[in-house]
Formats: sequence, C-alpha cells, structure tokens
Amino acid sequence: MARLNVNPTRMVLTSLKKRLKVAVKGHKMLKDKRDELMKQFLELARENKSLREQVESYLNNVYSNFVIASAVMSTEVLEEALMYPKQGVAIDVKNKNVMSVDVPVFDFKTTTDDASNIYPYGFANTSAELDNAIENQFKIFPELLKLAAVEKEVQLLAAEIEKTRRRVNALEYVMIPQFQETIKYIQMKLDENERGNQTRLMKVKDMMLKEIIEEKQANTNAALDEYSQNH
Amino acid sequence: MYKIGVIGDKQSVQGFKAVGLDVYDCTSKEDAKHKLQKIAKDDYAIIYITENFYAEITDAVYEYNEERLPAIIPIPGMNGSMGIGFDNIKKAVEKAVGADILFNND
Repeated sequence: MARLNVNPTRMVLTSLKKRLKVAVKGHKMLKDKRDELMKQFLELARENKSLREQVESYLNNVYSNFVIASAVMSTEVLEEALMYPKQGVAIDVKNKNVMSVDVPVFDFKTTTDDASNIYPYGFANTSAELDNAIENQFKIFPELLKLAAVEKEVQLLAAEIEKTRRRVNALEYVMIPQFQETIKYIQMKLDENERGNQTRLMKVKDMMLKEIIEEKQANTNAALDEYSQNH
Repeated sequence: MYKIGVIGDKQSVQGFKAVGLDVYDCTSKEDAKHKLQKIAKDDYAIIYITENFYAEITDAVYEYNEERLPAIIPIPGMNGSMGIGFDNIKKAVEKAVGADILFNND
C-alpha cells in the first residue's frame, strides 16, 4: 500500500494520528449505517415485491373489465363517458427520514368522498360493465399509491446503500491502511533521526574527550621537559 | 399540492382518467419521452408509465431515479405484465446487496 507523500515531521505525525482516529471512528459509524440501511432495505424490497404482484394482478383485472366494457359499448360513447372526470386527486408529499435518506411519503385526497359518487357519467348511455371497471379502478388506487411510495423508497435506499458501501470500502481498504503506513514510516524515520543524533553526539563527545586528553598529555610532557632541564 | 400523471397508450390509460389522474396518452416513443420530460418538470409527485413505453424510454426515466420527486413507476399495460417492474426491484437489490437474494427462489 502506498504511503502518503508527506514530510516526516513530528507535526505531520500528530495530525495524521488524529486523522486516523477520525477515519476509524467514521468507518465504524458508516458500517453501522450500512448494516441498518440494508436491514430496512431488504424488508422494503420484499414488501415491494409482494405489493407489485398484487397491483399487477388487480390491474389486469381492471383492464379486462375495460375490455368487456368497450366490447359492449361503442368507443365513442366510452370515450365520452370518461371525458370529464368527476373525481379530482391531489397528493400531499411529506418527508420521512430513513437513516438520513429523505424519502417522500404520499398522502392523497380525493375531491369527492362519497363512494357511490365516483362515476363521471350518467347511467343512461353506459353499460354496467363500465361501472364495474371504474369501481375496480378506484379500489386499486390506494394500492397503486402505496406501490409508488415503496418503489421510490427502494430506489433511493439502494442508491444510498451503494454510496455508503463505497465509502466504507474506501475507508477500510484505502484510507486507513494509508494512514497506518504513513504513520509507521514517519515514526521509523523519526527513530532513525534520533539514533543518528545519538551516534553523532557520542562521536562528538569522544572527539572532545580525545582533545582534552591530548591537551593534558601535552601539558604533562611540557612540565616534564621543564623539570628535566632545570635539574 | 402535487399531481399524479399517467403516460401510456390510450386503451390502457383511459381508466385512470376516471379516477382523477392526469392522463397523457401517446402513440410513439418520442411522444412519450417528450411528455415525460415535460411533466416531470411540473409538480407531479408520481408518474405512472405503462411498461411498453417504459421499456423504450428507460434512459429518460433513469435520470429521475435518484431524485426525490417524481417517482416514476412502471405499470403493466393492456397487454399484460412484461416483468419490468420486477426487474427494477431486482436491479435495486443487486445494486444494494451486490447479488440478487430476493428472486433466487423462484
């Protein structure tokens, strides 16, 4: 693993140690986040699957209802009957926070509350099959909304999990080893400097001692010479 | 307040009109794409697209995948389910987990 390109100084060492600490802490937290997201995601994905199965089979029902309706009625009449919807739907979007992922929650309101008042046409020209189709369409509507919410949440969570997983991996396999490597490198470099310094000091001390000894030797010799001349 | 839109062929989407959704029937791929891009900018919270069109304009749909709104949801059309909705769930699971662990057993 490559180490970072930094000066091997004590200051850099301290800051690196701090960064390593933060990285390790962040890694642990992100890992926890990933695990929790995953747990929720799997639950949701399962729900999504069963919900979709349900909605699709319902929808198929509705479609076949419409096919029957359009078989009994002419296309023009059918179209005319559906032209102006009586019912209006407005949805309110709220936020839900799932592990710091903003997820929309849909809440819908229909303009008419009366269940018998959903047909946008008079009964004179239309067939009972159409009533059936419309009624069924109304019944699946809440499920359809729920499906939309769940499916969106699944998509958003999947994206977030992928992001988090990348971050966890980057920390685990790149950042943290890099920091450790660099810290080790700097420490070794500093130790080496320390040893170098020590030897140099010892050498200097030796040299100084030698000088002193030589000086003393010279003094003694001079004194001896002087003594032998006087006597 | 947000709205709900439906894009698809006329036959499939006519029923949704009765429920009070905003229906955009279209005939071609370009038409569908154009309409999607137009109403995605508007305040639509959910846009349902029938699978036959969804399959043809997936690239346009994917642009909105990581946005909070709108939620673009494939629904089966008149011709029955093409399995695109399930494919999407499968893809999401693969993206998150790395392997498909949900649809293994069928």
